[in-house]
Parts: sequence; C-alpha cells; structure tokens
Amino acid sequence: MTLSTLWFIVIGLLFSIFLFLEGFDFGVGMSTRFLAKDDVERAAIMSTIGPHWDGNETWLVTAGGAMFASLPLWYASLFSGYYILFLLVLVGLILRGVSFEFHKHAETSTGRNLWMWAFFIGSILPPFFLCMILLSMVQGIPMNANGDAFPKFFDVVNLLSVVGGVAGVLLSLVHGLNFIRLRMEGPLRDRARNLNKILYPILFLGEVVFAALVFLQTDFFTKRFTSSLIITALIVLFSLLGYYGVLKNREGWSFAGSGLSLSMVIVLLFNGLFPRVMIATNPAHSILIKNAANSQYTLTIMTIVAGILVPIVAIYFIWSYSLFTKRINPRENTVKY
Amino acid sequence: MLSVGLSIVSLARFQFAMTTVFHFFFVPFSIGMGFLVAIMETIYAVKKDKVYLDMAKFWGKIFLLSFAVGIVTGIIQEFQFGMNWSEYSRFMGDVFGAPLAIEALLAFFIESVFIGIWMFTWDRFKPGVHAFMIWMTSIGTMLSAIWILAANSFMQHPTGFKINNATGRVQLTDFGAVIGNPQLWRVFPHVIIAAFMTAAVVITGMSAYGLLRKKKNENHFFKTSLRFGLWASLIFAILSAGAGDLQTQQIIKDQPMKFAATEGIYEDTKDPAPWTVVELINAKDHKASGQLEVPGVLSILAYHRLSGSVKGMNTINKEMHAKYDKQFGKNMDYYVPPKTLFWSFRVMTGIDALIMLVSLVGLIFSRKKKDTIESHKWMLVILGLCIWVPFIGNSAGWFITEFGRYPWIVYGLFTIAQAVSPTSTVATLLFSNIVYFLLFTLLGGVMIWYSRQTLHHGPYYEEADSKQNVDPFAKEAFGK
Repeated sequence: MTLSTLWFIVIGLLFSIFLFLEGFDFGVGMSTRFLAKDDVERAAIMSTIGPHWDGNETWLVTAGGAMFASLPLWYASLFSGYYILFLLVLVGLILRGVSFEFHKHAETSTGRNLWMWAFFIGSILPPFFLCMILLSMVQGIPMNANGDAFPKFFDVVNLLSVVGGVAGVLLSLVHGLNFIRLRMEGPLRDRARNLNKILYPILFLGEVVFAALVFLQTDFFTKRFTSSLIITALIVLFSLLGYYGVLKNREGWSFAGSGLSLSMVIVLLFNGLFPRVMIATNPAHSILIKNAANSQYTLTIMTIVAGILVPIVAIYFIWSYSLFTKRINPRENTVKY
Repeated sequence: MLSVGLSIVSLARFQFAMTTVFHFFFVPFSIGMGFLVAIMETIYAVKKDKVYLDMAKFWGKIFLLSFAVGIVTGIIQEFQFGMNWSEYSRFMGDVFGAPLAIEALLAFFIESVFIGIWMFTWDRFKPGVHAFMIWMTSIGTMLSAIWILAANSFMQHPTGFKINNATGRVQLTDFGAVIGNPQLWRVFPHVIIAAFMTAAVVITGMSAYGLLRKKKNENHFFKTSLRFGLWASLIFAILSAGAGDLQTQQIIKDQPMKFAATEGIYEDTKDPAPWTVVELINAKDHKASGQLEVPGVLSILAYHRLSGSVKGMNTINKEMHAKYDKQFGKNMDYYVPPKTLFWSFRVMTGIDALIMLVSLVGLIFSRKKKDTIESHKWMLVILGLCIWVPFIGNSAGWFITEFGRYPWIVYGLFTIAQAVSPTSTVATLLFSNIVYFLLFTLLGGVMIWYSRQTLHHGPYYEEADSKQNVDPFAKEAFGK
C-alpha cells in the first residue's frame, strides 16, 4: 500500500471518528427542541456534552488538516467547489460553538432562548450540509482539468443528497438520544428511549431509501459490489443493534450501534470513492488519490508525526471522558449549564 | 472582464483580512489570559492565598468567553484556504498542510480536552492538579501559535523547499528548515509576548473599572488584580519591544521592501541613517516629504551600529524587477502600501511605549504603602481606556507583516492574484463577506457585553438561583 492510500484511509478514519463523536453532540443539540420540554431540561441536556464538544470537534479540524497535509488537491477542489455549503457548515459550527459559553452568561429568558436556538440550529446545519456535500460529490459533478469543481444547483440539491442530509441529521439525533440515555437519569432518560422507539422505524425506512438511491445514483455498486453491499448491510445492522438496545433497554449497545452506523456511512463513501477522491462527470477529470497526494517526503513525515501523536491523543481523550461518568438529573443537580 | 477579476481578488482579500483580524482580536487575548490565569491559580496552589483563587475563577470567566469566540473563528481559517484560495492550497499543499495538521494533532487536542476538564473540575481536584489542567490548556494555545506561525513564516521567507518542475508546485525538501525558519523564531516570541501583554492590559483596565465602583468587599480583589496586571503589562511591554527589535533584524535581511516601507524610505539613506519620526508620503509618485528626522538612529535600529545606510523602496523596486521580471513579467508592482506600513509601525510601537509608561505610572500610584490610586480617579479611567489599545497594536503589527508581503502570497514564489479560487464568483464572495460581517458584529458585541456584565457583577456575585445552580459534575453530585 502506498503512503497516499494510507492517508486516504487515515482521513476516512478521522472523519468516521468525528461523526461518531460529534454525531451525538449534534443529536444532543437537536434534542433541546425534540426532547426537552422547558429551559431547565434544555440546559441539562446541553450540560451533558459541556466538557466534550470542543474536543469532539477537533477531530473535524484534524481531518481537514490531514486532508490538506496529505491530499491537498482534494482539499482544494472539495472546499472551493462547495463554497456555499461549507459556509453554511461554518455558520452552524460558529453559532453552536459560542452558544455554550454565551448561554451561561445570558440572564434573561430571551437571551437564554436566543443561544439555545443558536445551539439547536447550529446542531442541524453541519451534519445536514456535510452529508449533502459528500453525497452530491460521489454522484459525479462537472469539473475541469485543473480540478476546479463547478457543481450546478441540481448537482448539489438532488434526491440522494437531500435524503443523505436528512438521514445524517436523523442518525445524529438518534445517536444523541442514545447518548442522553447513557448520561442522564430521570424522566429525560426514559423519554429519550421512548422517542427513539418512534425514530428507529423511520430511520430504517430512511436507510433503505438511502441505500437504494446510492445503488441507483452512484457507481459504488458497479465498481465494488461486494464491499459496498457489506458496508451498507453493516449500516443497517448497527442501527438494528441500536434499536435492540432501545427495546431491551441496553444503553451501551444503543450508543455503540448508532455511532458505528454513522461511522459506516463514511466507510461506505470512502470505499466507493477509492481510488478517486473527487468524481467528475467526465471521468478524465476525476481526481485520483495518487494525483492529489503530497510528496513522499511530506507523507513520510506526516505518517511519523501522526503515528506518535494519535495514540497519545487517544489516551488522554479517553481519560477525559472517564472523568465525567456521573449521570445528570436536571431536577436534582443542575439547572443552568 | 479584468475589473471582475480584480474584484474577486479584492473581495477574497477583504474577507481573509476581515476573518483573520477578527480572529486575531481574540487569539492573543486568549493565549495571554490562559497564561496569566494559570499563573494566578499556581500562586493560589502554592501560597493558598484565597484572593488568587478568586482571581483565577473571575478572570477565567473572561478567558472562556474570549476562548469560545477564538475557537469558532479559528475553524473558518482552516476551511478558507481551500474555499477561497484553492490555487494557493494546490501550490503550497506539500509545505503548508503539515503544520496545520500538526497544529490540530498537537495543540488543538490538548487545549480543547484540557479546557473541558478545567472548566468542570474546580471542586474535584486539589488546587495543584487543577492548575495543571489550565497549564496544559495554556501550553496548547502556545503550541498552536508556533505551528501556525511556522506556516506563515514560510510565506514570508520560504525555506527547505524546491519547485517541482513537473507540477510547478512547491515541494518540501527539508522539514527541519521549515521549523527552523529564522523568521519563525523571531516572530513567535514577539507574538506570544504581545499576547501576554494584551491580557495583562485588559486585566489592569477591568480592575481599574472595578475599583471605580468602590465596593468595599471587592477592593482587595481588584487591587491585587490591578497590581498583577500592571506588573505583567510593564514586563511584557518591555520584552515586546526587545522581541520586535530582533524580528526587525530579520526583516531587513529577508524583506527589505517591508522594512523600507515601515520607515517610509524611498531613496537610499545617508550613512549613518537618520530615523524619520513622521513624514508626508506620496505613494503615487513614490516620494516622501516633510521628514522630521533624528540623525543616526535608523542605523542603530537596523543594524545595532552607529553607521550604515538603508536601501530605499525605489532601489529595492528596481532590484526586484531585475530579479523577478523573467518569471512574473514587467508589469508587477513591488511597492507595498507605504502609508499603511509606515503608520502601522508608528501606531504599534507608540502603543507599546504608551503601555510601558502607563504601567509604570500605575505601579507608582498603586504602591501598597500609599493607598492613592483609588483617590486618583483619572488614573483609573486612563487604565480603563487602555483596554482597547493593545488590540489596535496587535492588528497594526499584523498589517505590517501581511501588507508588507505584497504582491506575494508566498514571498518571491507566488502572487496573491495567482492564489485565489478559480471557482469564486463575485456573488458568492459578497454573500460570504456579508454573512461573516454580520456574524462577527454579533459575536464581538455579545462577547464584550457579557464581559462587561461579568465585571459589573464582580467576583463575589451570587446568582439568584445559585442554590440550584450547582456544577453538575461537582463532588457531591459525583459521589458514586
């Protein structure tokens, strides 16, 4: 395996970890409207990810940085080609990021409401548009020989990309509710489970439609039939595991299931992309990993650096989670975040 | 078509300037606050003097507000190289991506994870252990500065690379040279010290406002904070001048045009070179007049010697044409914006001198024996007004650095006009400019408003619902 292929996998891994972690952050943000009934509950829900959200988001920053550092032509084409959508992702991340701190300082109910809504909207925009970007690109978009992408409106907004965006949001919500079940106690914990009992059947329907559209609209199943089929099956299987955990009240299983479902979406997309990173309508203009990659020298340095740093990060990252395991009960030990 | 092309570049430049300048209001402040709060908490851990715990907690709140805005505006930076400057990203990917990725892996993870722990574990760890968390956060912010400045230093003074003839792109040949770039190790101390100074000046100014309120129970708190801030701002203002001087030595060698512009020199100077305090610049005709000069001082500033002349912009322009015309054509304009650089330099250094002076006077007035600073209301007001000053100084410093690189995005290798995304349109750029402008106005305004409110409440403010407002991860709540 060449180093550039290795880095393609690393980027995929980083995005998978990001979606697993920030997926529940997004879902927790959405739960402030779909699950909570009053300000006290909203604040309590928000506090479940208080110590973690920034670290979780760093996986996205790292994935973007890794893309720039290893396959810069991919980074350049993707980010410039989907300019407006990335802008909307950024607006979401900005509103969300400041809402934690600003909400603490708001003293009127209007102020608290404002930042809670910023938290909510900022939790929907990024998963929706990130999924939309990826699922638009894998269908093939107009590109030139320089690698500049010029997707037209219906290249960006079409059945698959919208279904993909909605599925990403729904899966994040389900994942967030599973996280809340794991981290809270009292009525919110029960209501999260009840809500997921309703959401899972909708999610399965969404996943079937999504799989059918991927089959029809992309070349994933013509290029790599077996692996695409297996990974698609895994997405559904992990979701079933999550549903099983909902029915049997096994919270850990639910959480692992919904998180791995999210990660598998990235695996499906990266598996289908390989050995390409951008798919153009004119196959000659598609960008291949080997053409997008940095020099052997730079990739070697990055491999060494990442090989040393990622395990260290993983250790203190997991340790930081182990510090906050006590369940939160909104009526007992927290009011404001 | 040309005019449309130009406006895409200028809109993209304006957006980059707006997002980085706004980001850089909060970054040095956060770096400085993290460091100073870490010192406060360490003093508490060692001396067990409770006022330092109160200080760490109170100033920690201001730190967190700034940190939040710094983070979210930082994500823009990482995305916008690809979004707005895709040709730059393609050209520079082999060199530029690595420091960014390492910054995320090495610095961002440390700061984001440890700040999360620090925020929620005041009651769970012993003071020394808890102080360790803020130290890790602070170290993370400083490491982040090293890596992003490494990337910027390459753009100012490329080292350790070659141009790949097949692709026409930059190719890294010596990573050590990128990290060991002399620019980096001269700009880093300057930036980091200025960051410490920024935070110190804000702590001083806010404490001065606090003292103006004349609340008995807060007097000791704000007086201690004021003295702490004054000492820090005096020390760091002096160090900042020294660090800036070191950086200047490097700029004369690597970017003579930038240096000549900061001193407003069009024609080569006499030997020894006089230093121009002020002058009238005619940028169009490349002339300056009405110089108010101090003989010989520029030689000292430039070379630390009593002699030596300094090259003027007109000479350097000719030299650069001779050097680069073959590759970039005869129509290049190598003059950097002279008024911006000349005045930015004077604003920056003037502010540093002002902070030194004000800190010194403040220290004299607030000596422990003489309890006089409270009775000198004007002094407190001046200290309060100084809050805004370092932010102007920081921006002026970066104006010199970035405008002084014109017309290059990567010095001598790639021009700004070459770097912009070919996919950009005026419409999308206008849209994003407006969106960012509105967002930044909101964020900046709210951040200042909540800081003001925090100050207004003071360090001993008990929230109305504090009985219920227990830290969800507090010890009692945590007991298994």
